[in-house]
Amino acid sequence: MNAKTPSKLEKIMAAGHFGVTSECGPPRGSDPDVIRKKGELLKGYVDAVNVTDNQTSVVRTSSLAACIHLKLIGLEPVLQMVTRDRNRIALQSDILGAASFDIHNMLCLSGDHQSFGDNPQGQNVHDLDSMQLIQTVRKMRDEGKFLGGDEIKRPPKMFVGAAENPFADPFEIRAIRLGKKVEAGAEFIQTQCIYNLDKFEEWVRQARDRGLTEKVFIMAGITPLKSVGMAKYMKNRVPGMDVPDDVVKRMADTPKEKQAEEGVKICIETIQRLKECKGVSGFHIMAIEWEEKVPDIVKEAGLYPRPQVD
Amino acid sequence: MIRSITQQKPIEEIEQLLEGTGRVFIIGCGTCVTLTQTGGMAQVEAMKNLLSEKGKVVTGMTVVPVACDNLTADILKEFQGPLKQADAILIMTCAFGVQTIARQLQRFVVPALNTMCIGKETGAGEFNEVCKQCGTCIIGETGGICPVTACHKGLVNGPCGGTNEGKCEIDSNKDCAWTMIYNRLKDLDRIDAMRKYQKPRNHLGEPSPGKFRIPA
Repeated sequence: MNAKTPSKLEKIMAAGHFGVTSECGPPRGSDPDVIRKKGELLKGYVDAVNVTDNQTSVVRTSSLAACIHLKLIGLEPVLQMVTRDRNRIALQSDILGAASFDIHNMLCLSGDHQSFGDNPQGQNVHDLDSMQLIQTVRKMRDEGKFLGGDEIKRPPKMFVGAAENPFADPFEIRAIRLGKKVEAGAEFIQTQCIYNLDKFEEWVRQARDRGLTEKVFIMAGITPLKSVGMAKYMKNRVPGMDVPDDVVKRMADTPKEKQAEEGVKICIETIQRLKECKGVSGFHIMAIEWEEKVPDIVKEAGLYPRPQVD
Repeated sequence: MIRSITQQKPIEEIEQLLEGTGRVFIIGCGTCVTLTQTGGMAQVEAMKNLLSEKGKVVTGMTVVPVACDNLTADILKEFQGPLKQADAILIMTCAFGVQTIARQLQRFVVPALNTMCIGKETGAGEFNEVCKQCGTCIIGETGGICPVTACHKGLVNGPCGGTNEGKCEIDSNKDCAWTMIYNRLKDLDRIDAMRKYQKPRNHLGEPSPGKFRIPA
């Protein structure tokens, strides 16, 4: 696959290297230092940083504003956009806004339901869904046209991504859905956190059989577990999350003060094993409020130093 | 048959809406709200007792056969006296009934119910929304199951990542629309329909408020 945009993330994966991304959740306030501090921790260890868009439907500093803060300190942001809060006019407008700051990566999502957040009585929009958002931004980039058909002066140059959950049921839908997202124009996929490696590898195999891994960069989602409590929470409380019993047991069998270390170890083993999985093009390391661990994980997983591309 | 699905407002809200009124006439309906037990004879009588306890004078009450029908005005003529005596008419029907009666009588009306959705009784005492009246029906490609209505996000291009053993992530009492669609299409051997990209909806199909005239 050849790079079609100025995105560094795209160039790295197109050159055959594993891409590495991480995540930065904007603060529940307007202090830009929170964003900059998180960014500084990741600098040099990842190719791009996803900025979440009001994740779990809780109001935070906007993804676009936080992306700009990261860009200004020399990081490459991935603008996450959910279709929950904005209609097609606002979405296209924000895409242009991001492009005006030369933000070159975007992740298209539907977004968590508002009932999970701090404004559960709010109205969701979903004027477009994630599939239609993917197609919209590809049309804006490739045809230089708005959804309505009018011409765009200086079209956006976005490397377009989407999310997939290989573990949600029914399992047979997942590969069909991935195919549909690729068809709509997704160029990279960041997956749900992986703890069940067998099931994930089976999903990649299905994607490979359908020729999808030739058309899309799959970035495996990795989240280090901090404690056995977190493992149990992820297993029982987060819909669509698959944490096998042996992972929970491994954490439970570790003394409390060593659990965080064990979680990082599991995460590094996961990356090592998935590096061998044909069709995996990179890793998306989501260390939730634990960004300081990302450099160690990247180094110990043999993903450091990051490749340089022009 | 499709039904208007309603829920009684909190009594505090009803009291607040009736503030400043002393005499009240209560109207229920013999159709949807009788089925959902929100505005049938039993609920109208219970409301009468409750309002009496709270010091209101109930000048009369009735349960009309179909509140949203044009004939409702004629039926209510029988109650001209007690209606005239009332400061407010408390209507225990869906919003269609309330609007019909307000237009016909040109009187101060207070709705006692909230109208939730257009639904169908799918089991004894259980009602499910069936149609959002979006004006751009796609159920020909989704096995006759409407994702615009049945999916909490109204997603038309397949499930989100939160489907949980066939249930919706936000409510384990509700089936995941896309799991139902998948199962139906699989039974029909039409799973290919799930691969079709559904374009952004045309909200101009029938901009709200909807209006329709039979073409001449």
